[in-house]
Amino acid sequence: MKLRTFLTALAATTLFLAMAVTAHAETTLNALFMSQAAYSEADVKAMTADFEAANPGLKVNLEFVPYEALHDKIIAAKGAGDRGYDVVLFDVVWPAEFAKRGFLVDVTDRISKEVEQQVFDGAWTTVSCNGQRYGMPWILDTKYMFYNKDMLRKAGFSNPPKTWKELAEQATAIKAKGIVEYPIVWSWSQSEAMICDYTTLVAAYGGKFFENGKPAFNKGGALDAVTYMAASLKDGLTNPSSREYLEEDVRRVFSNGEAAFAMNWTYMYNLANDPKESRVAGNVDVMPCPGVDGISTASGVNGSMGLGITSNSVHQDEAWKFITFLTSQPVQNRYARLSLPIWKSSYSDPEVVKGQEALVKAASQGIAVMTPRPLVPSYTELSNILQRYIHEALLGEATPADAMDKAAKRAARLR
Amino acid sequence: MIMESWRRKREVWVLLAPALAILAVVTFTPLLRTLWLSFTNAEITALDQAVEWVGFENYIWALTDPDFRDALWRTLYFTIMSVGLETVFGVAVAMLLNVEFKGRALVRTLIILPWAVPTIVNAMMWRLIFHPDYGSFNAALTQLGITESYRSWLGDPGIAMNMVILADVWKNYPLIAFVVLAALQTIPRELFDAARVEGAGAWHQFRSIIMPGIIGPLLVIVILRTIEAFRVFDIVYAMTRGGPADSTKTASFFVYQEYFAYLRSGSGASYAVLVAVISALMIAVYFNMIRRQNQGGY
Repeated sequence: MKLRTFLTALAATTLFLAMAVTAHAETTLNALFMSQAAYSEADVKAMTADFEAANPGLKVNLEFVPYEALHDKIIAAKGAGDRGYDVVLFDVVWPAEFAKRGFLVDVTDRISKEVEQQVFDGAWTTVSCNGQRYGMPWILDTKYMFYNKDMLRKAGFSNPPKTWKELAEQATAIKAKGIVEYPIVWSWSQSEAMICDYTTLVAAYGGKFFENGKPAFNKGGALDAVTYMAASLKDGLTNPSSREYLEEDVRRVFSNGEAAFAMNWTYMYNLANDPKESRVAGNVDVMPCPGVDGISTASGVNGSMGLGITSNSVHQDEAWKFITFLTSQPVQNRYARLSLPIWKSSYSDPEVVKGQEALVKAASQGIAVMTPRPLVPSYTELSNILQRYIHEALLGEATPADAMDKAAKRAARLR
Repeated sequence: MIMESWRRKREVWVLLAPALAILAVVTFTPLLRTLWLSFTNAEITALDQAVEWVGFENYIWALTDPDFRDALWRTLYFTIMSVGLETVFGVAVAMLLNVEFKGRALVRTLIILPWAVPTIVNAMMWRLIFHPDYGSFNAALTQLGITESYRSWLGDPGIAMNMVILADVWKNYPLIAFVVLAALQTIPRELFDAARVEGAGAWHQFRSIIMPGIIGPLLVIVILRTIEAFRVFDIVYAMTRGGPADSTKTASFFVYQEYFAYLRSGSGASYAVLVAVISALMIAVYFNMIRRQNQGGY
């Protein structure tokens, strides 16, 4: 009797140990994402759960940080060696820097010709540097103009503005009629979000960041962009708090019915039309950002992001498997409410289009015109310089021309 | 006799050796490495890259950077204002808490609370309080009729730094208050009674009894706070990230930026050394003050 109890206990212990060993044999990936725009944390967690269910033995630890911390986190984690991240989300403006310094693995050979043709060209620029690919594009995004149909109607406009000048005119009328105090809202805090709005305007005005390798943001269309931004604040058309806002603040103000126009990413469309998230649900429409007479008909910034494998990772094959799953067409189609797929054929797929026809239509125009920010290895530094001096102009501390002259002078000191 | 003193000296060093060994590993090695890095063109990279000696190039770069010079002045302003206000509030509150009243123990406990809040939590809390649209600061001011409409606090370059200072003072004045309170309790009550009998006024009592009693501990805590304030980074990073238009970007911000945003560890090290040297100079000034005071200043 005693022996039997002992044997049972022994068997149970062995079984337990065996289970513990199998559990230990599991591969765990560490992945870094952001919680700011595009896919929500809940979406990424759901996708990851699906991936783990489909791949027994693979586990993924997710970490979410604000966009503003993403770059520095990727850099700092390098010191953690193989306990750092395996998979990281990276922005379109970083591949040049990351490639030069070897932070990301070159995955050119892992991508088939077939996949290459099925994905938008604009998406590929997100992960490319010198003809090599450093990841898979995942979030295909550009800034759109959202508007409150009801407010436009009340002001007597049957169509949204087609040019930036028209936007200012409509905003002036909306303000004059007392429909809303500040008709336009943007993300103009001293941050990358402001540079995205600025780049959209630079693209619309046909401006250039550099000419023959020399800073050119103090002249032509690039200066016109800052002039437009400063004027819309001075005229009281833009919410002055925009100078403290990031994307989520823009969404909140617009969803509260405190603005007629807002510039934001794809993800805002369905949230602003969701009665649980928004007081203006049902009144929200979306357009590509406007153009400028004689120069452009629409404008946009390449705000896409990709998923890459860090050079620290000792599980590169498993990491690629996870990336392939997240970027696959079925997964992207299923979660297309906050971020549109990178796959061309998705845009005619009823599963994607249904219920968000306006967004998909705006996307097909917006994605075609999206303009990159300067693709230089010292981008982070250049962006910081631009942020600072554009902010000076927006705060009225310097005229746009003076501020951008100073920015150009400072950028010449880049090393 | 000489042998005896020599043996004693050796004993002192032998006993100190473990502590010195630990110091060498945790303090001197990183310090020397940072110093060495500051004379190189080292960068943060995942590749094998040769590091070259560049002499004083990084220092010349840093010191000819007008933005860094602006940041140093800004940091100095932050340090003087926040430590100054903390000292005034700290001493005032300590004197109040030294007076006997009902519920004093409870108030003493409550007052230390801000200091117990982690810096990042404190920064996030004040960011919400100063929020332009739904911050309680705006609500309080308009409801009291002090301001007419909501305004931006952290988005205005003329004001933002002062708002960060306010948040820092709120968190750190209790520390000074408690050190001063402890010192106050060592002053014999009879001195005050005698002063009253002699007809000395409040200001006279403060100068002749309170000041001499608290000046020693007060100087020490002010030194510590000054060093800490000059290195300020976390509260600024969480509240304003250096904005608006760089108006709250402190010297430590440049160290961080050079390292983690621009990945130039060599250049970043030179900024770090410069900040450390300035802190050291300030400490020297204070130590000089303490020495003078010990030699019978008051």
